[in-house]
Amino acid sequence: MNTPIIKLFGVVIVLYALLFGFTSYWSIFDAEGLENNVANKRPLLEEQQIDRGDILASDGSVIATSRPRGEGSDRVFIREYPEGGLFGNPIGYSFVERGRVGFELSHNDELVGNKTEFLSILDELRGQVQEGDHVQSSLDPEAQQTALDALGGQQGSVVAMVPSTGEIRAMVSVPTYDPNDVVNSRAFEALNEDENAPLFNRATQAGYQPGSTMKVVTATAALDSGEFEPSSTLDAGSPVEISGVPLENAGGQSFGEIDMETALTNSVNTYWAQVGEELGTDTMYKYMDRFGFNEQPPLDYPSFQIAPSGEFADGRLLGPGSDQIDVGRMAIGQDKLNVTPLQMAMVASAVANDGELMEPRLWSKVIDPDGREDELDPERQSRVMSEETANTLTEMMTDVVNEGTGGAAALAEDQVAGKTGTAEIDIPRSINQAWFIGFAPADDPQIAVAATVERTSGQGGTVAAPIAQQVLEVLLANGGENGDE
Amino acid sequence: MSARSRELLALIPVALLVTAGFTAVLITESDQIGDLSVFYGAYFLGLCLVTHLVIRARLPDADPFLFPLVALLAAFGVVMLFRLDEGLARDQANWFVLGLVLFSLTIILLRDYEALERYRYLIAIAGIALLLLPRIPGIGETTNEAFLSVKVGSLSFQPTELAKICIVVFLASYLNERREVLVVGARRVAGIVVPPLKHLGPLLVIWGAAMVMLVFIRDLGSSLMFFGAFLAMIYVATGRISFVLVGLALFAAGAWFFANTIGHVQERFDIWLDPFHDAGDTGYQVAQSLFAQADGGLFGSGLGESLVQLPGASPKCVEEFPNCGAILPAPHTDFIYAVIVNELGLFGGGAVILIYALIAERGFKTAILAEDGFSKLLATGLTTIIALQAFVIIGGVTRVIPLTGVTLPFISYGGSSIVANFILLALLLLVSDKARRRARREAEAIEAEYA
Repeated sequence: MNTPIIKLFGVVIVLYALLFGFTSYWSIFDAEGLENNVANKRPLLEEQQIDRGDILASDGSVIATSRPRGEGSDRVFIREYPEGGLFGNPIGYSFVERGRVGFELSHNDELVGNKTEFLSILDELRGQVQEGDHVQSSLDPEAQQTALDALGGQQGSVVAMVPSTGEIRAMVSVPTYDPNDVVNSRAFEALNEDENAPLFNRATQAGYQPGSTMKVVTATAALDSGEFEPSSTLDAGSPVEISGVPLENAGGQSFGEIDMETALTNSVNTYWAQVGEELGTDTMYKYMDRFGFNEQPPLDYPSFQIAPSGEFADGRLLGPGSDQIDVGRMAIGQDKLNVTPLQMAMVASAVANDGELMEPRLWSKVIDPDGREDELDPERQSRVMSEETANTLTEMMTDVVNEGTGGAAALAEDQVAGKTGTAEIDIPRSINQAWFIGFAPADDPQIAVAATVERTSGQGGTVAAPIAQQVLEVLLANGGENGDE
Repeated sequence: MSARSRELLALIPVALLVTAGFTAVLITESDQIGDLSVFYGAYFLGLCLVTHLVIRARLPDADPFLFPLVALLAAFGVVMLFRLDEGLARDQANWFVLGLVLFSLTIILLRDYEALERYRYLIAIAGIALLLLPRIPGIGETTNEAFLSVKVGSLSFQPTELAKICIVVFLASYLNERREVLVVGARRVAGIVVPPLKHLGPLLVIWGAAMVMLVFIRDLGSSLMFFGAFLAMIYVATGRISFVLVGLALFAAGAWFFANTIGHVQERFDIWLDPFHDAGDTGYQVAQSLFAQADGGLFGSGLGESLVQLPGASPKCVEEFPNCGAILPAPHTDFIYAVIVNELGLFGGGAVILIYALIAERGFKTAILAEDGFSKLLATGLTTIIALQAFVIIGGVTRVIPLTGVTLPFISYGGSSIVANFILLALLLLVSDKARRRARREAEAIEAEYA
């Protein structure tokens, strides 16, 4: 009987070796994978014991702060958002039960004070408790409030940015939500089930038809490539056959032989569709890429909350080689174009900044617990067009506001340059996506803006332009590109 | 050096572990734990010494390492429980008292353990009755849909823990008597050696019992443990690997059938295959167990440093968030191994596995030294069932096998488990004492002859 006993012991040893092997796999070899698993709340819980830094608005007012609860080793910090829904979507939330989204997620390392391995070991040796830095965002509370009021409950979005630095001064998505509510599981469920999707940041995630605001991109490609001049004339009759299908102007109006300036001022579809066809897909894509289309904008924001803009079919971006592209209709913002309000603010911003596009940014300053400040160093994203093209385009966009469809965006003190857009979503029921993109003052642009309203019966010029006008006015009054400083 | 002196020396590491463990927990959690609580550590060590004296008096020749190894596991357990909640450590220390009293009673009253053979059917019936007890309405309790415990008044206990001893005693006696016929009458059917039909009956009864346990008590872990011990004993009794293979095939077929028909068992399999599929709900326990181990790394986060529950949750909280906020559910029973790996790392977990391996080694050595078949089978069965129980729960926690709720012997919190395992240890030491005494006397006789 002894031999089987020895063999049995062998089996036990093999089984235990298996246990040891699995334990080492989980604790060492797959530890990193497990730590990054979305279901793993441990990193969040550990960070909950850190005094998470505040998020400040551009005027220094507090958007998000942490309040201690409990004492001793049980002390945790709970997030509070004193401004409620004013900064709902861009800032997001941070709760153990819900995870993190938005600015709270993209700036998590600063907010919890994560440092390099070496520095944190030094801190530990000196007995210092990890403490988060404060992060100041570039968002202006007054502009946020103005944009919210101006949208007046209509679903849509406003994005305002400083052309010379890329700082986002306003980012609003309606309906908004109060991040304080998120911690309550029933309220959170209601937010998730709301068919108007308040947790969806329309400014960075929504793919809207841009309508005629796209003509700014088309005009850039036409002028900067040298293939067209402001005086180039085309027969802008109605209808004109584009990609084998007749295309009409708004109201079926025929304009005859007109130049580019007239065509932009009156937003003549048949003119711009022909320009698109003559330029071709490759040239259009070249300029769209320079504006930042076809990739996620390099915003300091979680990548799962940013959508790229471009031509989409079956939920996938189309490349310039695709035979599904109707370049004429794409040039007037129709076809399969889906763009985000952020992307259209970047288009206006690039024209405003003499043709140079700056990377968009939501943060402007990191302030450590000792008060040391680290300020944003603006980064150039791309040279979209020559300064000359930008100046020509600015003049044409000024005409749009002064003489054309964008009159409602005009300001008493400053010259506004811009472009309206009205994408027809449901023609029989006359439901439109209304747009306005622009900047001011035209001769020294301080603020660029994109405003859009979903499913409205109004036009870009009547619905979106007044919203953009109010946001521009507030931001210019608040010091323009320099803000309150 | 005598066996008992070696035992006393081997208890020194236990004292060191308890002292170091309690000190470490006290330092990290000084704001919540009173200084007096160190008392439980001293209390535990005192118990070990008293037990050592009982063994010294009654079983002078018993294996010198079994008790220190078990005490080492118990020390691990009591330190981990102290770290979780001082109340748990206090309760556990009280269970040790009861366990050690029954341990002492067993070795005092049962000098001649071979008497057990005479009562084997009575013992078998008692074992089965114990297993079925949780199904009796009014006193039976379910945990995760399994009928695991009995509750009378405020006292709750898990009869499976005691039943395992009864079953092993019965099997040792039964197989010892029948092993000759099992081997001799075996026939070859389709290339496999099959025991004679007449004797196959009892085997099928045991297979059926394991299956009934699976269905009736819905306890996959215990049925795996029982059936594993049964196969190990039949293998040792007959030396026929084919019996084991037939048994395994039968068990696998039964388990597969029930896995596909009983939701509870099927769910366990699904979670085992992919705990992250529904990590917020059904897979929560296993996923959290793995996360806790990942947090531990090579050396662990240190005693008292791991996240067991949400900060601010009550120390008594063992139910997962949002019920009360245990991040790792049942950290004091089923998942105590995950807490050990979390706080003491792969080193701590490896040490625990090593101790079980050493206990298995001492247990099997006892079986080899024993002279008669009953003693050999008894020692084999008792050792195997402890070794398998540790494998079943650590395997479940580390995702080697589907998770089933059995306790980690000598470490997990729980009275029935502690008490039953100490009785089991007493039986093993009784077998060992007899075997080693004979060996010692033979050696002495040879020496005397030479002198």
